[in-house]
Amino acid sequence: MRKWPLIAVPYLWLLLLFLVPFLIVIKISLSDAALSIPPYTPTLDLAAGWAGLRQFLSELDFENYAFLASDDLYWRAYLSSLQIATVSTVLTLMLGFPIAYGMACAPEEWRPTLMMLVILPFWTSLLIRVYAWMGILSTEGFLNNFLQWLGVIDAPLMILNTQNAVYIGIVYTYLPFMILPIYSALEKLDGSLIEAAEDLGCTRTKAFWLITVPLSRPGIIAGCFLVFIPALGEFVIPSLLGGSETLMIGKVLWEEFFNNRDWPVASAVAVVLLLILIIPIVLFQRNEQKQREAGK
Amino acid sequence: MKRLSWFNITALTVGFAFLYLPILILMIYSFNGGRNVAIWAGFSTKWYGELFRDQAFLDAAWVTVKVALAASTFATVLGTMAALVLVRVGRFPGRTLFSGMIYAPLVMPEVITGLSLLLLFISLGVDRGVFTIILAHTTFAMCYVSVVVSSRLVTFDQSLEEAARDLGCSPVSAFRLVTLPIIAPAVISGWLLAFTLSLDDLVISSFTTGPSATTLPMEIYSSVRRGVSPKINALSTIMISIVALAVIGTSIAAKRAAVRAQRDEQAAARATG
Repeated sequence: MRKWPLIAVPYLWLLLLFLVPFLIVIKISLSDAALSIPPYTPTLDLAAGWAGLRQFLSELDFENYAFLASDDLYWRAYLSSLQIATVSTVLTLMLGFPIAYGMACAPEEWRPTLMMLVILPFWTSLLIRVYAWMGILSTEGFLNNFLQWLGVIDAPLMILNTQNAVYIGIVYTYLPFMILPIYSALEKLDGSLIEAAEDLGCTRTKAFWLITVPLSRPGIIAGCFLVFIPALGEFVIPSLLGGSETLMIGKVLWEEFFNNRDWPVASAVAVVLLLILIIPIVLFQRNEQKQREAGK
Repeated sequence: MKRLSWFNITALTVGFAFLYLPILILMIYSFNGGRNVAIWAGFSTKWYGELFRDQAFLDAAWVTVKVALAASTFATVLGTMAALVLVRVGRFPGRTLFSGMIYAPLVMPEVITGLSLLLLFISLGVDRGVFTIILAHTTFAMCYVSVVVSSRLVTFDQSLEEAARDLGCSPVSAFRLVTLPIIAPAVISGWLLAFTLSLDDLVISSFTTGPSATTLPMEIYSSVRRGVSPKINALSTIMISIVALAVIGTSIAAKRAAVRAQRDEQAAARATG
């Protein structure tokens, strides 16, 4: 059969560079930190055969998870990541829906250009887009200078290095992910339904809430997950825009690894983060599945 | 939905201003003469000059381009193969695991991907540097490529390839002569996506590199952590301009090629049917 090499090459690649590394993370999360290279024990001694394997398994424990549960730094980091991701998802929806709606109402010949304008920022570096806000939000930054010039404020506002800056960063970065699925749902919407509702005595606002919003629901749900899932594990945005009081789990993991060099705890943090992410990921997949079936 | 109300116009204006003003401000201030980024001190291109005299940035740029070229090319080959497996090959043992491994990296937080790959490289005893970054980038980028290519393969009329086989083509040459030209636009945009993903990546590179290799995003990150600097504005302006020109250019070219390919495919389908 000729198809086997075709399957085997990408399959083995992903097994070796995606699945195996992940199993190693799980294994190290069950190990103990040690002052050695690599900085954890036990290491599997294959030469010792079965006895070595039994010895290895008996030394694994859930100590690091118990540590995560007992130290409230991690609790607060997970909870505040969830909170930041949720609030920014709602904010992104509030900004993204009107834009997607405007695009769907726009004349047909404008739409490819508008699409292009939404997609283009996605191609430019996330790091640069986040950096752009550093220059705008800092105390002597563009925004504060502008507001002081207008006379709205007397003293510069402290925005950079606060949670608000993190919200702005996440909304800005993930806005295209919210706009595109909502736009594609709204674009398919049959305009005659709204006309029918208006003919039957609905006001425009009422028709919007009764027809447009429910029919664009799959797009709204998809958009929310596409913002929420990456926002939860975000590192660059809280690290550059947030302050010392901004706790996000991606940042904690990074610091645990690079600054504290505690690999077992960093691995346990990663495993728990993934367990939390499974719920939104499964819900997202189900929403996609439903849409695909509805499309058939 | 044809009436563009004042509400729509406001939403579009505010939305696109929000998306583009920060980038525009960043680019304008790269031409600022003063050291302070916020206070305008006359037009100057001196930061561009400084940038091109900074050896650390030039070295990092070279590493980044090397990594991106290699990783995106490997990712395109592997991702196209994976797409062919997902769309063409029916059942085979471990198919669910395979498609799971294709989709999982798309939603995996970068910190976890980076951490897990680093732990793999350490337990294998691989020397970390350009080579390990390339392996890491290839792995996550191939999943994006396979999603882009498989969405094109789904709409592809397989009878064309069967016709080529009937006419005496080997499977490989049927793929090369018939399938590849038709899916080429998707393969090219997959490559471009992989290239920019690799170019922009900070987190996975930071985990998987060694002391010998620093990429441009890593250099930018460590400079930016110390505060805003006009030199970074200049560098950002260059990077944004290159990406914008490349994306707009290829999307116009791809659209033309897609229209042409669609026409050829339809003509061929008519001829064979």
